[in-house]
Amino acid sequence: MSVPTRPSLRRSACVAVAASFALGALAACGGSSDDTGSVAKGPSGKIVVLAASSLTESFTALGKAFEAEHPGTTVSFSFAASSELATQVEQGAPADVFASASPATMAQVSDGGNTAGKPVTFARNTLEIAVPAGNPAKVTGLEDFAKKDLTIALCAPEVPCGAAADKVFAAAEVTPAPDTLEADVKATLAKVTLGEVDAALVYKTDVIAAGDKVQGIDFPEAADAVNDYPIAVLKDAGNPTTAQAFVDLVLSAGGQKVLSEAGFQRP
Amino acid sequence: MSTRRGVGARPSRRTTGLPAVLVPLATVAVLFLVVPVIGLLVRTPWRTLGDVLSRDASIEALRLSLVCATLATAVSLVLGVPLAWVLARGDFPGRSVLRAAVTVPLVLPPVVGGVALFAALGRRGLVGRPLDEVFGITLPFTTAAVVVAETFVAMPFLVIAVEGALRGADRRYDEAAATLGASRWYTFRRVTLPLVAPGVAAGAVLCWARALGEFGATITFAGNFPGTTRTMPIEVYITLQQDPAAAVALSLVLLVVSVAVLAGLRERWLTSTG
Repeated sequence: MSVPTRPSLRRSACVAVAASFALGALAACGGSSDDTGSVAKGPSGKIVVLAASSLTESFTALGKAFEAEHPGTTVSFSFAASSELATQVEQGAPADVFASASPATMAQVSDGGNTAGKPVTFARNTLEIAVPAGNPAKVTGLEDFAKKDLTIALCAPEVPCGAAADKVFAAAEVTPAPDTLEADVKATLAKVTLGEVDAALVYKTDVIAAGDKVQGIDFPEAADAVNDYPIAVLKDAGNPTTAQAFVDLVLSAGGQKVLSEAGFQRP
Repeated sequence: MSTRRGVGARPSRRTTGLPAVLVPLATVAVLFLVVPVIGLLVRTPWRTLGDVLSRDASIEALRLSLVCATLATAVSLVLGVPLAWVLARGDFPGRSVLRAAVTVPLVLPPVVGGVALFAALGRRGLVGRPLDEVFGITLPFTTAAVVVAETFVAMPFLVIAVEGALRGADRRYDEAAATLGASRWYTFRRVTLPLVAPGVAAGAVLCWARALGEFGATITFAGNFPGTTRTMPIEVYITLQQDPAAAVALSLVLLVVSVAVLAGLRERWLTSTG
């Protein structure tokens, strides 16, 4: 009788599969960078900046400028939804600077005593309708977001761009019919870039960053939901000197120029 | 467990005991795997647990998760068992290449899987574009897309488990059935399949568990909308951004549901054959 040996064979196959699954999960979980603080006088060493997704392009450029200005420094970024980053700070993520896309999210961090000083507003952003190049669904304004036959992406109300979207729809008295509520503004934009949705509400800066794959359509109610962007050095910053120097660069004339070129308004 | 055949002399107790060096390492492994779950239990807001769980959003997400994972497992069974049979019994050149190709989703980061599904089945995808232009069917952002994403990620688990079982099964039973005049299809249905049923069940359980936990491919390809595509893992992720305590409560449900179902199925299907 040979059948009784089968379970052991099968079981080892299962174990191998389960093991590879566990490895995959581990690999997927890794990734937060550690900071190596230094106590030199001028800016030096490495800092970690947590910044709202919408700052991806402008802050990456500012980070390069900072590293060029202060040789020996390294600026690493983690871009995600501000609300997600705020949770990470509260959970003790090793970071030096936090730049948020909304004062409410920053307040969540500063009220918990996790910022070193008072957050400073460094930029403002407004929403814009984003459609794939050529505007295949002929979207003209916010009213089109109520059409059920269009495929619409919005940010989830839990993240700042979603909260801003709720405000403009309330102001315009439009009830949107979204097909997906994305976890951050870049994910929302990606659905437009891929051509998988007919329209989305993202920041003006995202439309500019997306280049010619995406077209922007302005709408008057955008003025009802202008997002202030605050920045602050974090209390547990491993490298506060360099962190403050980076914040100073963001607030400087040069930093503001980079931000306005990306489509941000001055505070 | 049955005794193994083919192992010659019976080893003495001295040589079969645990090598001392493995014990501390195994202990670390146990702590590493168990402590996070204990942490979840410690952090659970027991007092508000009822409120969080009775929210419509929670119930809706859980229902969607269960329905989609079950559908994904059904699709995986219908398509995956034949594929496993081809891989185990088929005799053709390039079989190992085929096996490698169909198990890629096993090692692919799920988000990449989501992007790949867009490239294939999105409105502008290889298959998705004609599907949209000719039939007016678009898949992304629908519940069907959730099932597709989960199937894509979970089916290889089933295929590998079933293939392993088929390789282990004794082919002489099939040959005997054939000698007695059974058709190939009859032999497959009445001899091969019952012989590997425990393997199929194990694969289905693994596949279901993987589908239930699926996040990356789903949020990428199917998006996130309450009632349509927001499954439990996505609900946990979104809730975590505003209300971490509620997210912990929701995680607990997912934990309890998966453990309960796995334990239940294990009782019924797996131990009876062991």
